[in-house]
Amino acid sequence: MTPLLNVQGLTKRYGGRIGCADVSFQLYPGEVLGIVGESGSGKSTLLNCLAGHLAPDAGEVIFDTRSDGPRDVLTMSEPERRMLGRTDWAFVHQNPRDGLRMRISAGGNVGERLMAVGAHHYGAIREKATDWLGRVEISAARIDDRPSAFSGGMQQRLQIARNLVTGPRLVFMDEPTGGLDVSVQARLLDLIRGLVRRMGLSAIVVTHDLAVVRLLADRLMVMKDGHVIETGLTDQVLDDPQAPYTQLLVSSVLQV
Amino acid sequence: MNAYNFAYLDEQTKRMIRRAILKGVAVPGYQVPFASREMPMPYGWGTGGVQVTAACLTPEDTLKVIDQGADDTTNAVSIRKFFEKTAGVAVTEKTGEATIIQTRHRIPEQTLTEDQILVYQVPIPEPLRFLEPSEVETRKMHALEDYGLMHVKLYEDIARHGEIATAYAYPVKVEGRYVMDPSPIPKFDNPKLESAALQLFGAGREQRIYAVPPYTKVVSLDFDDYPFDPSKPAHPCALCGAEDSYLDEVITDDAGSRMFVCSDTDYCAGRRGDGA
Repeated sequence: MTPLLNVQGLTKRYGGRIGCADVSFQLYPGEVLGIVGESGSGKSTLLNCLAGHLAPDAGEVIFDTRSDGPRDVLTMSEPERRMLGRTDWAFVHQNPRDGLRMRISAGGNVGERLMAVGAHHYGAIREKATDWLGRVEISAARIDDRPSAFSGGMQQRLQIARNLVTGPRLVFMDEPTGGLDVSVQARLLDLIRGLVRRMGLSAIVVTHDLAVVRLLADRLMVMKDGHVIETGLTDQVLDDPQAPYTQLLVSSVLQV
Repeated sequence: MNAYNFAYLDEQTKRMIRRAILKGVAVPGYQVPFASREMPMPYGWGTGGVQVTAACLTPEDTLKVIDQGADDTTNAVSIRKFFEKTAGVAVTEKTGEATIIQTRHRIPEQTLTEDQILVYQVPIPEPLRFLEPSEVETRKMHALEDYGLMHVKLYEDIARHGEIATAYAYPVKVEGRYVMDPSPIPKFDNPKLESAALQLFGAGREQRIYAVPPYTKVVSLDFDDYPFDPSKPAHPCALCGAEDSYLDEVITDDAGSRMFVCSDTDYCAGRRGDGA
């Protein structure tokens, strides 16, 4: 089986400092990979390098494209990478304001990716937007409201709908539940888990919240100071941490 | 008027503008940056159009200037006087007699010919400006033909108003490639953008020149189920009776009386002269 994403020796430096160093892993179709670590450990840098928002200094990011098979994303031309960014890839930002157009209605937000790939039938776009709002538990009556009139949890769900509407195969999520209160977090996680399983998505979830990866991720990668210090199945890493830092991380979680 | 070079601008500046025009003609709809000069009028009064006109004028040309369709409003009169004084060219109010027509916000009703140049004054050349504030990003979007956002704007119109409510500066796609702002002409004029005349667009403050060469394909953006509709008020002109021209609504008293008259004064006067 070809991995969907094959990352080899990915390195990003900020001048003399290391963003992330020599990261290698494979992601297979339908798999969810969690990346955990403390603030400044390089997990967001890594995610941005993978998603093409930052240019890494070294390494390869080989994605199994629908048309041409495995290709290095970093050597693709900009139009190809953008096309990938609005069809097969999706990026869910921590702050929904970064991922949504706040002055455009919910329907327009969901429809943007469709229109970007050439949908020019208003009725069809609206129908699809309504369908997706339903899937993320937003009432269809709010299709013409702007995201600024939505609560934080709804904004985040809207951002997810907007990203998944083109049926991507790989979703990058940067702290998808950050800034939400726990009950809203729980519902959002439930929703994401359902969507990921039903659509057979592969996802890379960056978070510092171990509960999130426990629920979502099949495999886990622990980062510290830009390096990957431990990898394994989620339950294995969380229940039997090997590296000293991972042990510290796991034992730092408050038990209620 | 020996104190001025012919048509006000110095020859080097004209060369620079002509180079930008040639590039614009070679790449229809592409906004060519140029070093816009200070002109003896404020920005927003047509400094871009004036510079393009100055670079195109020859002593044999006949100039016509239109402001919102009319030949006798402030902007049109002052620019016409300006070129009478600095270039000494013949001027006219008749569309058919002009070789260069500088216009603000209208295309003449009379069909233009291959021997004519239409120069538009453009306030904001970037069609994506109010959707994407970053110039870096909009240039990238043009380069990559990433025009989904333009349709998002039209989608929002329909969602909010039940139809595409954009009535002027209606975005068009030129020769299947660049999305272009046709300057704030009413969408009624959009079909006339496919013309036998050379059309040049000058934006002075924004320092951009772009062009639509003769017989270029210009398509107004729309949705399959909400096609483009070049609408106008459902009245005939109160003065000349024309049914096919774009109309201005004129309030005639404080009691709410109004009349609809041709916005193109030359067209209206011509029809009345013919006894139509």
